[in-house]
Amino acid sequence: MEIIMSVVIGFLFMAAVYLMLSKSLIRIIIGTGLLSHGAHLLLLTMGGLGGEAPPVVADGVSVSDYADPLPQALILTAIVISFAVTSFFLVVAYRAYQELGTDNMELLKGTEDHE
Amino acid sequence: MSLVLLIFLPIIAALFIPLLFKKVGQIHTGWFVLLVPAALFIYYSTLLPSIAEGGNRVSELQWIPSLDIAFIAYIDGLSLLFSLLITGIGALVVLYSIFYLDKYREQLHNFYVYLLMFMTAMLGVVQSDHLISLYLFWELTSISSFLLIGYWYTRDRSRFGALKSMIITVFGGLMMLGGFVLLGIMGNTYSIRGLISQAPELVGHDFFVWALVLILLGAFTKSAQFPFYIWLPDAMEAPTPVSAYLHSATMVKAGLYLVARFTPIFAASGTWVWLVTGIGLFTMLWGSFFALKQKDLKGILAFSTVSQLGLIMSLLGVSAAGFHVENATEIALKYAGFAAIFHLINHAVFKGSLFMIAGIVDHETGTRDIRKLGGLMSLMPISFTVAMIGAFSMAGLPPFGGFLSKEMFLTGMVALTEFDLFSMDVWGILFPVIAWIGSVFTFIYSFYFVFHTFAGKHKPEELPKPAHEAPKGMLISPVFLAILAVVIFFIPNIVGEWLVNPAVAAIQPFMYESPSDVHVHVAAWHGYITPELWMTLGIFAVGGLMFWTLRKWQHQYERFPNTLNSLYDKGMFLSDMGANRFSRLYMTGFIRSYLVYMFSFLVIIVLGTFVLNDAFAIDMNNLAPVGLYEIVIMLALLGSTVTILFSKSRLTAIIALGAVGYSVALFFVIFRAPDLALTQLVIETISVALFLLAFYHLPQISRKEERMRFRFGNAMIALGVGVMMTLIALAAHSGKALPSISEFYKETVYKEAGGGNIVNVILVDYRGFDTLFEIGVLGIAGIGIITLIKLRLTKKEGQHENK
Repeated sequence: MEIIMSVVIGFLFMAAVYLMLSKSLIRIIIGTGLLSHGAHLLLLTMGGLGGEAPPVVADGVSVSDYADPLPQALILTAIVISFAVTSFFLVVAYRAYQELGTDNMELLKGTEDHE
Repeated sequence: MSLVLLIFLPIIAALFIPLLFKKVGQIHTGWFVLLVPAALFIYYSTLLPSIAEGGNRVSELQWIPSLDIAFIAYIDGLSLLFSLLITGIGALVVLYSIFYLDKYREQLHNFYVYLLMFMTAMLGVVQSDHLISLYLFWELTSISSFLLIGYWYTRDRSRFGALKSMIITVFGGLMMLGGFVLLGIMGNTYSIRGLISQAPELVGHDFFVWALVLILLGAFTKSAQFPFYIWLPDAMEAPTPVSAYLHSATMVKAGLYLVARFTPIFAASGTWVWLVTGIGLFTMLWGSFFALKQKDLKGILAFSTVSQLGLIMSLLGVSAAGFHVENATEIALKYAGFAAIFHLINHAVFKGSLFMIAGIVDHETGTRDIRKLGGLMSLMPISFTVAMIGAFSMAGLPPFGGFLSKEMFLTGMVALTEFDLFSMDVWGILFPVIAWIGSVFTFIYSFYFVFHTFAGKHKPEELPKPAHEAPKGMLISPVFLAILAVVIFFIPNIVGEWLVNPAVAAIQPFMYESPSDVHVHVAAWHGYITPELWMTLGIFAVGGLMFWTLRKWQHQYERFPNTLNSLYDKGMFLSDMGANRFSRLYMTGFIRSYLVYMFSFLVIIVLGTFVLNDAFAIDMNNLAPVGLYEIVIMLALLGSTVTILFSKSRLTAIIALGAVGYSVALFFVIFRAPDLALTQLVIETISVALFLLAFYHLPQISRKEERMRFRFGNAMIALGVGVMMTLIALAAHSGKALPSISEFYKETVYKEAGGGNIVNVILVDYRGFDTLFEIGVLGIAGIGIITLIKLRLTKKEGQHENK
């Protein structure tokens, strides 16, 4: 399963980077969203996917059977932060479009005399 | 009293200067500043008797003990002489500046803070025994010189001159640091005394010549030797007290100090003797020759300083030659070391007074252009007298100090012809010849300076201000120095015994055990006509004749191009342009370009590391089984991702993104991460809602401007990143370098933290700060969003014309 997941993660990253390199701002935002999904799955896969029980202390479950809690803790933090970043980015895009009338990155770079 | 702390006295005093300037504005701030160098001068004078007997003082202050770096103040004859010059001339210059700089119009607090900073730096240079702290102070002199040259920072020429001096001297400083480090490696110590004591062992070392050349680069740039002298004429943009102090009496002599200080180490090398003597003498000729081209009073003095520094430099080179002669203390060669130090003192005295006179002329007539000046003799009689004394001393006329040291200089150069090492027997004759020609030009420009300013026809219509004599206070310092120039002529042996001999003993420890061993008797008249006296008389005759006809041939100077300066200018221009062009090449302003750089380099670096360390690993053990649900969810995830890539409608893309998110959430469920699944579901729902809210305001996805090549490039980079991530994931899963900390959490979570949900306990307890900062990030993002939505750009019109 981990090997298949590794390939899936690679695919997610590929799609994310491809989107981030495009000129349209909204595609870039979607790309960052995909990137964080890929990163979360990567963290999970790194820790190993073979836990027998969720990492909640319960009677009759030996320590080695719990799924690895550390990646989960990291991912939980990452999910929230990526949400914050994505929503901020979205609002930036929305405001930029409202003010400047374009979401094309080529046009957004500004001009020489416009510091 | 701790000598180290005395070094820092001026810079500590500088802390109070801005306060004094703001609060006690009626009294010129210079009066307070004057106390510092005057007090230091008096203190250093009290050290004279013991130092003159060959003693020394050491005081140490630890700085970074773990690296063996300390401030060590070591005062011997050489250091004391320089310390006296720095504080003595410093006091006179401060006194002069009180009348030169207006207390209402000038930013005196800046000026005096820089000046005091320089004083500390310079005292540090001449007293440091530790190479690293010496370097520190050395660069501090460059920085304070930069600030003082740029004191009138609104003038273009000031800023240009400041930058030029900074670039050249700091370049030299860095070279010197390299030399110091090499010396440190060779001798395994950074103490100069330590290095001198093992000088014989250092000579054979591979780095010896490297260290020598690098240290000389430092000395030559600082002391304005050919071809680095070009910064000194431009440094004349500084206020005249600064020129008198830094750029003639003290800072430019730091290079001479360095050469003198390291003579005991490097004298053994023929390269040293040749380089120091040769460059010094050539600089002397070059400087004196081009001094006559100058039209600016301070320009003449700048070139004359270059020339005189070269003279002293060459004498230091000759004094190093004494190392190679058995009976050096008995032949004429012994005069060189003495003459170097003696002329250094004379130069500080007469050049200081000349600079002050140039400042007075500038101050009282409004111009320093020698073509407009003339006939000031009757209007400014005191200034004229002082200028004449200074210039005659510089030209080497009796009865002024310069006559004595100039004649000893010629003695030293003639002595070199009898030296039979380093192919001097072939080339040696050149030295007295060049020295003689240089001296002739020195004679001419000295006269040029005085008589074209004070004699001739007065041209009041060309002067911006009606000329008159300077206020008395301004004349105190130059008059004092002029008197000194005369006094030195009559008591040269007293000066020699107290100031020169201890310094000479420090430069030539291979010849003298203690200052009392230096047997050099200075006399104006030796009882018979020596070859040097013939040479001197020749200088007077030829120089006088050429000065008489100066107006006939001076215009020939226009034929000489200003090669070195234009080289510097072109170099600066090209490096400026080159750097600009280069950064324009890759700083395109497109975020996409930067992302491309980042991703490409990331891929190259990571894959490169993979290849180099052979980190490809696929571990087939410990794999979780593949189930039906997983396959289904995975297909859903891949399908939605592909949908995003190819969708033309933003709505489809947003919904597909949501589908990816929900698939990930389902993965979390299957991989036994209930907390994650819950969080992911909530967040994904909110995200999609947010996207849909903003959706109305966002443009359609348009891809028509993205051409095939563009897309192909993107795809390649994306593919690279994808492959890289897959490899990382595989390698991370397959090889565990260290045992995971997870076991610790699993085992202690109930005992230590009293919680059952391990993930939650980790977040709020073990790694509570992470969570706190996470909340912080959320807060910042929230504030940012509110601000952005509320923010309305003003000046909408005009600013975005490219709409």
